Amino acid sequence: MSDQRVLTVDNVTGHYGDSHILHGVSMHVNEGEVVTIIGRNGAGKTTLLRAIMGILTKRGGSIVVRGQETIALPPERIARLGIGYVPEERGIYATLDVTENLMLPPRVAAGGMSLDDIYKLFPNLYERRRSPGTRLSGGEQQMLAIARVLRTGAKFLLLDEPTEGLAPVIVQQIGATIELMKRQGMTLILVEQNFRFASRLADRHYVMEHGQIVDVIDRAQVQARMDSIKSYLGI
Amino acid sequence: MSMQALFGQLLVGLINGSFYAMLSLGLAIIFGLLGIVNIAQGAFYMLGGFVTWMLLNYAGIGYFWSLLLVPIIVGLIGAAIEKTLLKKIYNLDHMYGLLLTFGIMMFIQGMFVHFFATAGRPYTVPSALTGGYNLGFMFLPKYRGWVVLASLVLCLVTWYAIEKTSIGRTLRAATENPTLTRAFGVNVPALMTIGFGIGVALAGAAGVLAAPIYPVSPLMGAELIITVFAVVVVGGMGSIMGAIVTSLMLGLLEGLTKVVYPQGSNMVIFVIMLIVLLVRPAGLFGRER
Ligand SMILES: Nc1ncnc2c1ncn2[C@@H]1O[C@H](COP(=O)(O)OP(=O)(O)O)[C@@H](O)[C@H]1O
Ligand SMILES: [Mg+2]
Repeated sequence: MSDQRVLTVDNVTGHYGDSHILHGVSMHVNEGEVVTIIGRNGAGKTTLLRAIMGILTKRGGSIVVRGQETIALPPERIARLGIGYVPEERGIYATLDVTENLMLPPRVAAGGMSLDDIYKLFPNLYERRRSPGTRLSGGEQQMLAIARVLRTGAKFLLLDEPTEGLAPVIVQQIGATIELMKRQGMTLILVEQNFRFASRLADRHYVMEHGQIVDVIDRAQVQARMDSIKSYLGI
Repeated sequence: MSMQALFGQLLVGLINGSFYAMLSLGLAIIFGLLGIVNIAQGAFYMLGGFVTWMLLNYAGIGYFWSLLLVPIIVGLIGAAIEKTLLKKIYNLDHMYGLLLTFGIMMFIQGMFVHFFATAGRPYTVPSALTGGYNLGFMFLPKYRGWVVLASLVLCLVTWYAIEKTSIGRTLRAATENPTLTRAFGVNVPALMTIGFGIGVALAGAAGVLAAPIYPVSPLMGAELIITVFAVVVVGGMGSIMGAIVTSLMLGLLEGLTKVVYPQGSNMVIFVIMLIVLLVRPAGLFGRER
């Protein structure tokens, strides 16, 4: 069970217009794993997630999700393979209130949380349920972006810098939520700058530089390889 | 000036406003979802009127069936045009959408001028809606009251569907952020086809309602659409309710001007448009970008 493939990315290239961003990325994620993609700003982490979702339109190579080749599929078909996307910019709809934001994504698999369950897990969102999505604080918006994909039943989530710019207490809350997802057997790709945060959750780290994966570090090697990790991240 | 004349003109204004509302509502939906300013909206209105006339004269299908069938027919024609033509230009500048829909308008209009010439064709008011009520201060022809009522109901149902239902929620999301909405598994390209179909179906419905009032002619839409665009500029493209309210207000204002200063009645909406453009370029209900 544990080495069942959820995602195989093979030699993936990606462009924005004429600029070549991804130069042959290969990686994989197995069922129930939490995998991070780390690397400096501008390395191409967000672009890789956008390529996986199919919203980066100029992409090549092979991306297989649960046995299905997706490189030629439109984003709506890829999402329906059971992927939940939490984008870096959070993507909260201003013209929808909090409840509408939660209800928007269609269910893509059985077993998603109900609205009631979500509001129990995130009581502060319940308090703001009639507010337009963009009136929320940064932390609340991030909670909403995560809660939104929990309703869809997706068991494979892509989270792009969920802790970026948030206060420590909120980072802790998000960490607890991710741990909960992991315990429920979800499969996660986590893009993070905050390595201390990422290392507590992840089974494996992919290091990205200039649009390529330059290193893979297993959980067990993290302590031994701390120096090279620090130099990869420039900290 | 008599009360009769005043209320008579206000009624005419309200009716014109109802037509502005149905056409500008469709324009707002289409612009929001597709980013296209649909110049051809008036041609779809004309198509609605003409198909109504043709159904009666060629197939013996009467007014009330037309009220149901014509918007569907016009909507399907619109959907086919979206799927074959419009979808090819979404990645290009807004100007191309303007040009393409302008071409579509000229084509539809030209076809009808070619086959039917420009003379107006009468369409009899259905017998259930003939006659009228004496309200004391004015005489209200039943059909005119019906047009105002029917268009108000249509506009409010459309508004409700967009603001309060799950389909409307998806439509609003796709309007605001189509890429992300696709990444959640919503088939936004299909939604755009449907949105364009619904937008022009509203114009088609307006054409059915218009058939017994205005003569059905290939140019009936060309005259109306210019005023409708002025209404849209005043209201701003941003809001559905804004489009409805602005349309009715400007229709009434036009009627009022006919009473107090008849020479200005054709101009008043354009004067308001100029003032709004100077003071609030995004329109009364539009959002500044
Ligand atoms: N929309 C875009 N158009 C053109 N270039 C972009 C766009 N988004 C990102 N880039 C470029 O792509 C590179 C990778 O960006 P990104 O994937 O966002 O990096 P990361 O998420 O690792 O910080 C950067 O050089 C960035 O400037
Ligand atoms: Mg990024």
